[in-house]
This record gives sequence, structure tokens and C-alpha cells, in this order.
Amino acid sequence: MSETQQAPKTLPADVVIEIAAMNKWYGSFHVLKDINLRVRRGERIVICGPSGSGKSTMIRCINRLEEHQAGDIVVDGVTLNADLKNIEHVRREVGMVFQHFNLFPHLTVLENCCLAPIWVRKIPRAQAEETAMNYLQRVKIPEQALKYPGQLSGGQQQRVAIARSLCMNPRVMLFDEPTSALDPEMIKEVLDVMVELAEEGMTMLCVTHEMGFARKVADRVIFMDAGQIVEEAAPEEFFNNPKSDRTKLFLSQILDH
Amino acid sequence: MSETTDTFVPKPSLPPPSGSVGITYWVRSRLFDGPVNSLLTLGAIWLLASTLIPLIDWAVIEAHFIGTDPNLCRTGGACWLFVDERLRFFVYGFYPDGQLWRVNLVLGAAVLAIGYLAIPNLPGKRWVVPAAIVGLPVLTILFMHGGVFGLPIVATDQWSGLTLTLVLSVVGIVAALPLGIVLALGRRSQMPAVRIICVVFIEVWRGVPLISVLFMASVMLPLFLPEGMQFSKVLRAMIGIVMFESAYMAEVVRGGLQAIPRGQFEAAAALGLGYWRTMALVVLPQALKLVIPGIVNTFIALFKDTTLVLIIGLFDVLATIHATIVDPEWPDIAPEGYIFAAMVFWVFCFGMSRYSQALERKLHTGHKRN
Ligand SMILES: Nc1ncnc2c1ncn2[C@@H]1O[C@H](COP(=O)(O)OP(=O)(O)O)[C@@H](O)[C@H]1O
Ligand SMILES: [Mg+2]
Repeated sequence: MSETQQAPKTLPADVVIEIAAMNKWYGSFHVLKDINLRVRRGERIVICGPSGSGKSTMIRCINRLEEHQAGDIVVDGVTLNADLKNIEHVRREVGMVFQHFNLFPHLTVLENCCLAPIWVRKIPRAQAEETAMNYLQRVKIPEQALKYPGQLSGGQQQRVAIARSLCMNPRVMLFDEPTSALDPEMIKEVLDVMVELAEEGMTMLCVTHEMGFARKVADRVIFMDAGQIVEEAAPEEFFNNPKSDRTKLFLSQILDH
Repeated sequence: MSETTDTFVPKPSLPPPSGSVGITYWVRSRLFDGPVNSLLTLGAIWLLASTLIPLIDWAVIEAHFIGTDPNLCRTGGACWLFVDERLRFFVYGFYPDGQLWRVNLVLGAAVLAIGYLAIPNLPGKRWVVPAAIVGLPVLTILFMHGGVFGLPIVATDQWSGLTLTLVLSVVGIVAALPLGIVLALGRRSQMPAVRIICVVFIEVWRGVPLISVLFMASVMLPLFLPEGMQFSKVLRAMIGIVMFESAYMAEVVRGGLQAIPRGQFEAAAALGLGYWRTMALVVLPQALKLVIPGIVNTFIALFKDTTLVLIIGLFDVLATIHATIVDPEWPDIAPEGYIFAAMVFWVFCFGMSRYSQALERKLHTGHKRN
């Protein structure tokens, strides 16, 4: 950890993610414009906004699945740049859950959970399996440990994906529309796990349109449109008293039916 | 309140309507449904009967199996005792008489290793594979070539028959797969230099017929190599075959790599796995499993392609048969010889095909792709 580059300016000790004046382009398409965001330890942030507004791209920049071209991103005290050491460090400390689960279909549930702890964290197999069973217990599917992902329902797969990330013992969890690909019957089982995780104090950034979840656990709701952060407020404030007319329009569209 | 709620009771499952299962139903619906199909069925039966019956008559009923005298074969059907008489030559070729146990030892070790791997659910397979990959070539060099433990040297020029076919194809298979994987990864690399080298290698070798590769290996290579560095024709043929087949293998493997969804790479990256671990633990196991049919296809083609070494003067099993059937001592035994050659190749190729199917079933984890 000592060889990874330290943040240029000194940040308050409890800042886990600092995004400053970050811009990103896809070719000539300016997809993220001047993003500023500070996440403190234990904060739960919900990001919403219309499709194509850049929500996924923004959280994927945080673990460098996408590269930003201007501005700074500092995660866990490490600046994200072309340095592979820094990227590896950040990815070890940041877990991510995807819309389509992206479990490894050739490995059992337990092997999915143990893969990174064994090969990245160098934890002995027995200990990694114990930890994995622990997390599978917490997402309430220990009995599926020896099955393959293809044999599970969508909701179960997403809970495995959450457990797989947690096995790396991350400091931050990123969720990119974790319930959007699920049948309505299964959304609740995944949200329950996420609520529990939030209540345990995990730092979370969730792209989601589950406004019930946002009201229940979010410290802040961020609304994005056209690659910009339009509005940022506590959930009470955000839902009852949105400032921007763009936010009002969006809220009326997703809440009024 | 409770009166207004209906209780949902699912209907019971019923058996399918009668007459839609069973043998008579199958025969009637597949073979004799309508006049045209009935005629076609009868025609096919007649065609099979009129070709198969004389064939069986010649190959089995009228055939000669026992004895050693060529004159037995002047009348009647196939002369299988010819194959029996020459079997030693077909299998070992020009390998010296007193030394055959050395070949048997190596072949026996190979059969043991392959048999062990083919039987499901035996322990320790992860050790057998590397042990075989390292051990078999060592055994081959020590025993078949000799020159150690007081064993007389049998130069590779004398390796021939089925022995040579097996040595060439096993070496080809064992070397072409890993080389093909490396080339496929290189062709998809982000680094332009690596990518270009791999593309050029693959396209050059794939664009040339194997015959000309073998000619170059046997005729041209010696011209370029310095005097002290000459090595045997068998080894040169081996290198040519490995280069040629690995280019094909690379494209088969690349097909598998391309079928892996981007989400798999992203999930692996998000967990902190680097390039090599992502490839070795996540991508290649899935990609190779997807292209098992293509890989085995290439193996089978390689196995049969080894017969081409005939044209640079090496004696594979087909060449030994080819050389024997002109023996004037025997009546015309070319059909028997070629049928035997075909059977030898078929047995090995069919074995590979069955093994690959068993492997596919075993590795199937019931996943759907996302
Ligand atoms: N790899 C890419 N190349 C080019 N454009 C992209 C790529 N990925 C996303 N985009 C575009 O960037 C914009 C933001 O995408 P995304 O972050 O996925 O939006 P959201 O998650 O908010 O729906 C969209 O207009 C999308 O078409
Ligand atoms: Mg998205």
C-alpha cells in the first residue's frame, strides 16, 4: 500500500471517494461533464436519472472499468490514473454488483465467492470457503453453495453476486441497477439484502430506480441528466421538495403510475 | 370476507393422448407417413440390402482369417490373414526386431495415461496430465531413441508405421493446443506489436498447404541451418506439423474467446483479477469448453494429416500398408490393406470424438449465457 500514490491534496480522513471536476468522452461524445462528488465512510448514496444520462459510466469510472479523461478520482486515498498498481489497489477495495449479475457460469456458487479472495487476496482456500459460507448465509442462500449459477433464479444469482463482492471485504460497494433485470417477485429479496448491508454501515453507491429503497436507506439522492449531476439532496428533501424542474419532471414520470 | 376469496387449485397433469408414443407410432410417423415417404423408405432399404449384403459376404462370411499361406486367398472373399501376417510391420515399421519392447513400453505408458484420464471420477487427474505431458516425451526420447542405460540408439529414421503416426500426432496435439491458445490471446492483445506478430504467424501458416510446409521442413530448412545444427527429418516434420496446426487451433480458440460476454471480463476486473488470472481462471475455461468440438475437429484433422509425411519419405502407418500391398507373393490385397488403414484411422478418430462428447457432457453446468 505504501508504494501506491497518495492523494495530491489532503482530504478529510473519512472521505472514501473524491471525484473532482471529472470529465469523460466516448470518442467525441461528452458523456460525463464536470462531475464533483465526495463520499464519506458509511454514506449510502442513491443515483437516479433517465436512461443514458451517464449513471453507469460514472460509477464504472470509480473502479476504472471506464477511464476518465480529465479531473481527479481518488478512492481510498489512491488516485486513479494509468498506474496499474493504483487500479489494482482500488479494485481490491471496491466491490461491484452488475445489472446482469455476471457470475462465472463454469464455477459453483462457492467457487465464485472464493476465486478472488484466493487469487487476489492470497487467502488460504479453507479460510476463503469459511468466509464465503458466512456471506452466503447472510444473503440467505447457504444451501445453494454447490450449485452452478445457471441453476439459480435471477434473484438468487444477484444475491450470490453480492456475496461474491463482499467476500473481498471491500470498503465500498457499487451497485449498477441491481434489480432491473429481475422479475418483480425477486426484487424484494435482493433489496432486503441491500438494506441489511446498508444498516451494517457499508459505504454504498447505488444506481437504482427503487425509490422505496432510496427513501429507506439513502443519506443522499443524486439526480443525473445528460452527463451532469443536476441535483443532490437528502431523500426527504429530494422527493418532497425538488429544486430543479428537470428533477420534478423525472419524479413525476417514475412516481405517477 | 373469506366468502369472496376463491381458492386457486391447479388442474392435475394428464398423460399424453394415446397413439403418440411407442415403436409402432414411431415407425408409422417417421417411415411410412404417406405414399412418397413409404416409397423412399422401401427404396432405402433395398439400396442398403443390395450393397451391404455382398459387402458382409466378402468381408466376413467368405473371408479368410486363419493361416499363413498366401495361396489360401486365391479364392473366396477378403484375405485378412495378410493383415495378420504383416501387423508387426504396420505397427512398428523398420524398428529393429529385438527392440520392440521399447516401443511397447512407451505406447503402454501412453495408453495407461489416456485410459486413466478417460475413466470418469478417478482421483488425482490434475497430476496425471502434467506428468504425462512431461513424462511421455522423456520416455520417448530415453527408450525409443535410446543411447542411455546401455540401450542401442534407434535413429528416428527407423521410427515408422503406426508408431510414427502416433508419435507425430500426439506431439502435434500436445504442442499445438497451448501454442494455439497463446496465439489466440496474442491476436486479441491490446499491444499492437504482439497482435501483429500473432496475426502474421497465423495467416502465413494457415495460408500454406501442409504438403509445402513439410517439403520446406525437409528440403529447405537444412539449407539454412548451419552444419552442426542439422536435426532429423522426423523432428523437422514434427515442427512443421505443430506450427501449421497451431495456426488453425488459434483461430478455433479465438472463436471461443469472442463468445465470452464482456460482463465476464468486467466482473473479473472488478474483483481485482489481473489479465492473466482473468484469462486463466475465468475466460479460457469457458472459451475452451465452448469450442471443444472445434478443437477435437482440429485434432482429428491433424491425426489424419500426419499421413502426408509419406511425401517426404517418412513411413507412417498408411505408407507401410501402401508398400506391402504390392507384394507379388500375395494375390491382389489392396482392398484389404486400404480397408484396414481406414479402420485404424477411424478407431482413433472415433475415440477422440466420443471422448470429446463425454467431456462436453461432464463440463456442462446448465448455464445460460448473459
Ligand atoms: N462504450 C460506449 N461507447 C460509446 N458510447 C457509450 C458507451 N457506453 C455508453 N455510451 C453512451 O453513454 C451514455 C451514457 O451511458 P450510461 O452510462 O450507460 O447511461 P445510464 O447508465 O445512465 O443509462 C449513453 O448515451 C450511451 O449511449
Ligand atoms: Mg446504466
